[in-house]
Amino acid sequence: MGPVLAGVLQLLALTAALALVYVPLGTYMARVYTSDRHLRVEKWIYKGIGADPDTRMRWPAYLRAVLGFSLAGVLFLYLLQRLQGVLPGSLGFSSIEPAQAFNTAVSFVTNTNWQSYAGEQAMGPLVQTGGLAVQNFVSAAVGIAVAMALVRGLARTRTGDLGNFWADLVRGTVRVLLPLAFVAALVLVACGVLQNFAGIHEVGQFLGAPQQWNGGAVASQEAIKELGTNGGGYFNANSAHPFENPTPFSNLFEIFLILVIPFALTRTFGVMVGSVRQGWAILATMAAIWVGFVALMMWTEFAHHEGALRIAGASLEGKELRFGVGASSIFAVSTTLTSTGAVDSFHSSYTGFGGGITLLSMMLGEIAPGGTGSGLYGMLILAVIAVFIAGLMVGRTPEYLGKKIGAREIKLAALYILVTPALVLVFTALSMALPTPPHSMLNPGEHGFSEVLYAFTSAANNNGSAFAGLDANTDWYNTTTALAMLLGRFLPMVFVLALAGSLAGQQPVPVTAGTLRTDKPLFAGLLLGAILIIVGLTYFPALALGPLAEGLAS
Amino acid sequence: MTARNENRESEMSTPTPTRAPHSDLPTGHRPDESRVGAGHFDAGQLLAALPQAVRKLDPRVMVRSPVMFVVWVGSLLTTVFACTDPGDWFGWAISAWLWLTVVFANLAEAVAEGRGKAQAETLRRAKTDTVARRLTNGREEQVPGTALGIGDLVVCEAGDVIPGDGDVVEGVASVDESAITGESAPVIRESGGDRSAVTGGTRVLSDRVVVRITTRPGETFIDRMIGLVEGAARQKTPNEIALNILLAALTLVFLLACATLPPFAAWAGTRLTMTVLVALLVCLIPTTIGALLSAIGIAGMDRLVQRNVLAMSGRAVEAAGDVSTLLLDKTGTITLGNRQAAAFVPVRGTTEAEVADAAQLSSLADETPEGRSVVVLAKGGYGLRERHQGEIVGAEWVAFTAQTRMSGVDVDGRSIRKGAAGSVVAWVRERGGEVAEDAEDAVRTISESGGTPLLVAVEDERGARVLGVIHLKDVVKDGMRERFAELRRMGIRTVMITGDNPRTAKAIADEAGVDDFLAEATPEDKMALIQREQAGGKLVAMTGDGTNDAPALAQADVGVAMNTGTSAAKEAGNMVDLDSNPTKLIEIVEIGKQLLITRGALTTFSIANDVAKYFAIIPALFAAVYPGLGRLNIMALSSPDSAILSAVVFNALIIVALVPLSLRGVRYRPMSADRMLRRNLAIYGLGGLVAPFVGIKIIDLLISLIPGIG
Repeated sequence: MGPVLAGVLQLLALTAALALVYVPLGTYMARVYTSDRHLRVEKWIYKGIGADPDTRMRWPAYLRAVLGFSLAGVLFLYLLQRLQGVLPGSLGFSSIEPAQAFNTAVSFVTNTNWQSYAGEQAMGPLVQTGGLAVQNFVSAAVGIAVAMALVRGLARTRTGDLGNFWADLVRGTVRVLLPLAFVAALVLVACGVLQNFAGIHEVGQFLGAPQQWNGGAVASQEAIKELGTNGGGYFNANSAHPFENPTPFSNLFEIFLILVIPFALTRTFGVMVGSVRQGWAILATMAAIWVGFVALMMWTEFAHHEGALRIAGASLEGKELRFGVGASSIFAVSTTLTSTGAVDSFHSSYTGFGGGITLLSMMLGEIAPGGTGSGLYGMLILAVIAVFIAGLMVGRTPEYLGKKIGAREIKLAALYILVTPALVLVFTALSMALPTPPHSMLNPGEHGFSEVLYAFTSAANNNGSAFAGLDANTDWYNTTTALAMLLGRFLPMVFVLALAGSLAGQQPVPVTAGTLRTDKPLFAGLLLGAILIIVGLTYFPALALGPLAEGLAS
Repeated sequence: MTARNENRESEMSTPTPTRAPHSDLPTGHRPDESRVGAGHFDAGQLLAALPQAVRKLDPRVMVRSPVMFVVWVGSLLTTVFACTDPGDWFGWAISAWLWLTVVFANLAEAVAEGRGKAQAETLRRAKTDTVARRLTNGREEQVPGTALGIGDLVVCEAGDVIPGDGDVVEGVASVDESAITGESAPVIRESGGDRSAVTGGTRVLSDRVVVRITTRPGETFIDRMIGLVEGAARQKTPNEIALNILLAALTLVFLLACATLPPFAAWAGTRLTMTVLVALLVCLIPTTIGALLSAIGIAGMDRLVQRNVLAMSGRAVEAAGDVSTLLLDKTGTITLGNRQAAAFVPVRGTTEAEVADAAQLSSLADETPEGRSVVVLAKGGYGLRERHQGEIVGAEWVAFTAQTRMSGVDVDGRSIRKGAAGSVVAWVRERGGEVAEDAEDAVRTISESGGTPLLVAVEDERGARVLGVIHLKDVVKDGMRERFAELRRMGIRTVMITGDNPRTAKAIADEAGVDDFLAEATPEDKMALIQREQAGGKLVAMTGDGTNDAPALAQADVGVAMNTGTSAAKEAGNMVDLDSNPTKLIEIVEIGKQLLITRGALTTFSIANDVAKYFAIIPALFAAVYPGLGRLNIMALSSPDSAILSAVVFNALIIVALVPLSLRGVRYRPMSADRMLRRNLAIYGLGGLVAPFVGIKIIDLLISLIPGIG
């Protein structure tokens, strides 16, 4: 079987598996987020944190809860790292420096998991499992909670009530993420992923130096790393490390975990707004982008470098031989189209176009299918923009799901789509213009530029993957990427929740033949076109000077 | 029209209608196929608007459109830089075309406003300074029209111009309202009832009326009209505001993309000049729609004005596009204003032909539409040649009057009468005749079926007797069924409002094909219906003319008051139809939709245009340092300078090219939202992608022909 065929078959198998769980998982999540009952364990948690899960929150209250909870998370993680040296379970690693500790705390709370450290050389099990893995769960749950608030805003009428953040947070963790992560961890262990508390072992001499390997609760962290679209690896090599991702099957399974919740959330959305077809349309747009980008990636990685170079394995540089070009392409696109950022290969080593695809994937704003929750709300915001332009073309004041898109709604949606381009472009420009930051680049010319562009694209879009090559552990990059991550995560949430509040208060407009149907292939296509054009136009000059220049040179 | 009007009409024949039924044709069925559209436009208008466009370069005016303000600032910047390097033809050329871009945008707005100005001039002529004859304690005194206050009584006689808006409180007069309606046929204004409102600036043609002034000078209807058509009172509409926000956001995005480019370019090893950056920015920001946005709004109002509809706010025009329920009065909208003879029913012992003959003879002296319809039916259905009063010698004609409610003729010893059942029965009985039982049966049957029976009777040597019955019925206007089907496809529900009983209403509703009807409607019923629809989130449009319509007109999202109506109705509605043609409501909805479609189409076009501009400019900027990027020059433009200039020139010219479209509006035909979206996306989305590739290439070819360039 040729490598191309193998790649295509893996893609088909993955699609089939995702299709299989789409309806049950999506419907289950809709039940979770609409149920009136609390599990006993949830009641304990509510008592423990002193929250009333039955308070109805308007959008400012919901937002305050989101921000308050996340701020507490940042502070806790920061202190945990700063105190690592004096706490047990550190494996002898010292405390983390302030800039890096701040960067890492922000990175995990914002679901970014940008890592300017090497896990196995800096973090003991206490920080890894007790701090980082916990944020892997709750930051994902926060994302879903905000998405649910927006969906409620679309589904509900004449109310300010967007649900209760604490209930959404706890349910998402207890009823969705924990059980799924538990099963996933078992599967990963069965594949050979480590799960122990063995510490560091000396395993003899290779290449003239002592070789060590770390034990740790890797499988459990790996499961939620992918499932919660977090991406922060236990080891520096992330999912390219054999202890995190040992076999082609575990590789495929990890991709499945990355994609399963974001895709299924479109079903949850459809069920909650009372029309699963609306969910299908959003799903179709996401899936089209995902399949299209995977196909492009495979094409550029397989076809690039004619003849001798390909035979010599040129396009395998930076990729694991046990996965091959096809599976690595699927992983790279899936991890950048979601806000995961886990990697099983080095994006820096991809062809110019391949690197460009990973960049563009993130620039789309993590929406196809995007991060847990953030993918859905990002896509719904773009749907609002697309509806606004297209809705005018059918001769009515634009409306989405019966809610009018007026000045206030379009203002919030516009602010949302302004945030990440502003962060990416401004920070990249500053890094290029200031005297010191360019020293972090490994490469000159267009590839060096791509390294910086990639770093801020990844941070502002809460992806967390790195292009490799850039030394990001400097005060400049630790601080600026942390800012990009913070603003890139929470500013959009402010606008999403404000929009949800504004939509929830509306009286819906009944559907007639004069209504723009947002559950039809035509609309899915229109949304796709709008996304590609708007994002493409925003970043075209930057992309041209990085990956396009590189890709077109050969 | 109100329930009261309905009742009045069902008394057989109405008195002479207050207006000529000049607009009985369903509107829109013009020879011109595109239904709404067509406000004419010619290039001369552009030239005439040029001075105004230049005046609008004032930054205080420019700042109202964020997109064009950015272009304005950019033009200033490039001009300053061109001055620092006067030998650089490229800098000057870019500056010149950027200024042209701004001027073209202003031109679009100026042309749109100019059309309103012409209309306002006509109105101003009507508003000459009048001398009012004010009544104070029964004494007349001459005062200037501007000195009148609310509540003053003024006398107007034949030849006088009515000095201000008011209500007739005494007398009846025919009034020439052509100054505001453009309609030359005079209308009747009388005290009391729904035809009492008079408008300042109109002229009394006959008789004498006393008018109570209801508005202050300067706030009259004609003043407001002038303000509206001139655009002086124009405020941005909600959707326009929303679109402006989106355009401002896009402008910001591109501002970011351009402002961050210099450090990127520096790393790549090239320096970008301010001129080039501004050129790139202006090409990317949505200038096409930004330039035309306000013109589209003004032109939308203007299209209504051309149809003799005055919208009191742009908001109402937009709401018209969103309407999902139309409340239509039966009479005058769905059916012809008057009932028409449909059949002759003979009593025992006579034939249909005899009835037809007698009916025709007796109706020759009846000039009401009903009377004429009898003559027409006799001719068409029974082959009776139409006779004229003059050709029958010795005939004594009895004309129809509202008092006798009969018409007829005495000739050759025969008296023939035709008229309302009660009057004719009385006439027969006076002459000792008997009314046959089957005549009474026929009258009852016709009444029950929703029609109006007229009796035909004769007195001759055999005595006075009833010959037969004329069946008058409502006639649904031509093409209404198709029109309602179209509306249904557009997602608009039609509800017929009538004072008829439910059975009659249902019969007509079925025939006309409306979705629903409200029978025996009182103003309260109407109000309740509107509120019910609105509670379900629907937008409702209606027409009305009576004082008792005013609350419903105010409640409706689009309330179109008839100009013939009372001032209360005109105050309550948000539009006034000067033709007083209720069918126009459908056209108003279409114009509202067309306005929104034009905005959406040009926005899509504007954004789609950017793709080609990138392909022109990016390789021009960077192919020197990254030769690979030269491959993006898929248009094979001749030189970097020419490529950038071509994009800027195209960007400016496309505004002028689209001015006619923005003023006329995109072609609109009723169809479902899905089909409409597919069509508009294909034209303006795909068209917007492709057009600039072609346009920029052509401009580049022309530029490269200029010696010394390219």
